[in-house]
Amino acid sequence: MRIAGPITSATQALLTPGRVIGVALGLLVLLLFPKVLPPFETLQVSYGLIFGIAALGFNLLLGYTGLLSFGHSAFFGTGAYVAAFLVKYWEIRSMEAFIVAGVLGSLAVAAIIGAVCVRYTRIFFGILALALSQVLWSLALKLFWVTGGTDGLRVPTPTLLGGIVSDALGVSADKTEFLAHRYYYYVLVVFVLSTAVMWVIVHSPFGKALQAIRDNEVRAEFVGVQVRRYRYVAFLVSGAFTGLAGTLWVPLNGLTTPDVLYWPFSGRIVFMAVLGGFRTFWGPIVGGFVYNYLEVWAVGTTVYWQLVLGVILVALVLAMPTGLVGTAGQLVTRLRGRPRP
Amino acid sequence: MSLLEIRNISKSFGSNRAVDDVSLTVQKGEFLGLIGSNGAGKTTLVNLISGFFPADRGALVFDGRDITRQSVNERIRVGIARSFQLVNLFDHLTVLDNVALTIFSRQGKTRWLWTLADRDGAVRDEAVTVLGQFGMGPKAGMLAGAISQGERKLLDVAVAYALRPKLLFLDEPTSGVSTREKAPIMDTITAVVRAEGITAVVIEHDMDIVFRYSDRIVAMHQGAILASGTPEEIRRNEQVAMTLLGTHVNHAG
Repeated sequence: MRIAGPITSATQALLTPGRVIGVALGLLVLLLFPKVLPPFETLQVSYGLIFGIAALGFNLLLGYTGLLSFGHSAFFGTGAYVAAFLVKYWEIRSMEAFIVAGVLGSLAVAAIIGAVCVRYTRIFFGILALALSQVLWSLALKLFWVTGGTDGLRVPTPTLLGGIVSDALGVSADKTEFLAHRYYYYVLVVFVLSTAVMWVIVHSPFGKALQAIRDNEVRAEFVGVQVRRYRYVAFLVSGAFTGLAGTLWVPLNGLTTPDVLYWPFSGRIVFMAVLGGFRTFWGPIVGGFVYNYLEVWAVGTTVYWQLVLGVILVALVLAMPTGLVGTAGQLVTRLRGRPRP
Repeated sequence: MSLLEIRNISKSFGSNRAVDDVSLTVQKGEFLGLIGSNGAGKTTLVNLISGFFPADRGALVFDGRDITRQSVNERIRVGIARSFQLVNLFDHLTVLDNVALTIFSRQGKTRWLWTLADRDGAVRDEAVTVLGQFGMGPKAGMLAGAISQGERKLLDVAVAYALRPKLLFLDEPTSGVSTREKAPIMDTITAVVRAEGITAVVIEHDMDIVFRYSDRIVAMHQGAILASGTPEEIRRNEQVAMTLLGTHVNHAG
């Protein structure tokens, strides 16, 4: 609950000295990672940044519009496969071309799936999104002469900034070094831009309209918000962000398979947002990082990693229903409210 | 001069005729009270006029134009707004943002993705002014879900008012609040409505409220209009007294 008093706008709230310093420090740490961390750890941060973008896009629907999608693997996978198609069929290796085509591809898929799904809400919306995403998964599986089937498609390291920054097979022969340095900074820049764009969107009049739809769609309609149309635009934006994440992910992974289109991958994105806190802007980003690290840790620790990961995640969500960021916020509020001795 | 003409409008739910061939004219600038027992068809009539659901038969003419087939959004654009019997707010938005969103919507700015909502000083100022008119200024920074029921009732009306309507429907604006709060709430609402020259139709079960604030009262029973007249005429109407008030008119008095 926000208390009465002087009205501080969201932008003013963000631009408090403490928060500016916090964001600047966070960025500084992210900038220094490749210098201080081993390449493997830097790659994990890259994955975290990418999953952060995916979860941020997903959360425009869940946290801000009140729609729980179980079909976001469709957009992530489309972003990945479109980049792979550019390599396979046109021998294009420009990251910028990957991004443009990946985002357009995922937008097209979101336009089709969204046209059907936004007519419904609640469980009907979620299940319909899941069902339609599985059509793409089955196509990726069955059209193996196009998609490579279960073997998937390989994506080599791309050229960055229109070839100004060469790929691993050019100037540098070390692919890991390329991915853990140049590609890391590339991903970081896209991450910062994506986060900034999403922040503006959710604090725009459009973002307020989405929150109104989430809170009370009947009233939203009676103040003139065209609910279905706004849900559709939110679906498109959400799909584009998650598709962008898929496009950034595929050169890092080096390969895309139907697994990224399969419904458990949608579940991972849902979990990232819930784990971090879908009621907060930063929660899904934190969730993306934490989920990735937990998964990497669990995979490296035990062959029963799914079981261990599942137990940990369920325990975390039960212990912190408002997510990591939500719980942290509550703790800070409680500490500030405690009278000083 | 009429603002709204309801012509032979009907609505059934299954075998239940909720509104049965109702014709009514609402004059510009009047404060019309709509009374009737539960199930009389008052809220259904408001739902039909505001576009919540379509009429089975009949026509609606608002400010000279036929709005019978228009969508909710189109009816809002021509100047019809409403509040709700069960308060309908955006609980996770602040009180200020509840009103600001309505203003953004009215101005067609909710389509804007690339501007920050709270940087629009004009909208912000107007929202603060609206809240001030309803005595809600000190609550502006609170979440709508965290204010009292009486304040929520006022905010519900303030949100509708921010659309700058010509015709405002108030569906039980004082239901669920204490007796002590009812008159101040109605005083606030009527002061704003009359100052702005807005035509208002109020549905209310509290007869003291209706008779005190209305220019004219329409009594409904079983989906049809039972009587229409000034508060004094309705008070003296034997049929209304028997059917709705459960009393007899005291002719000796």
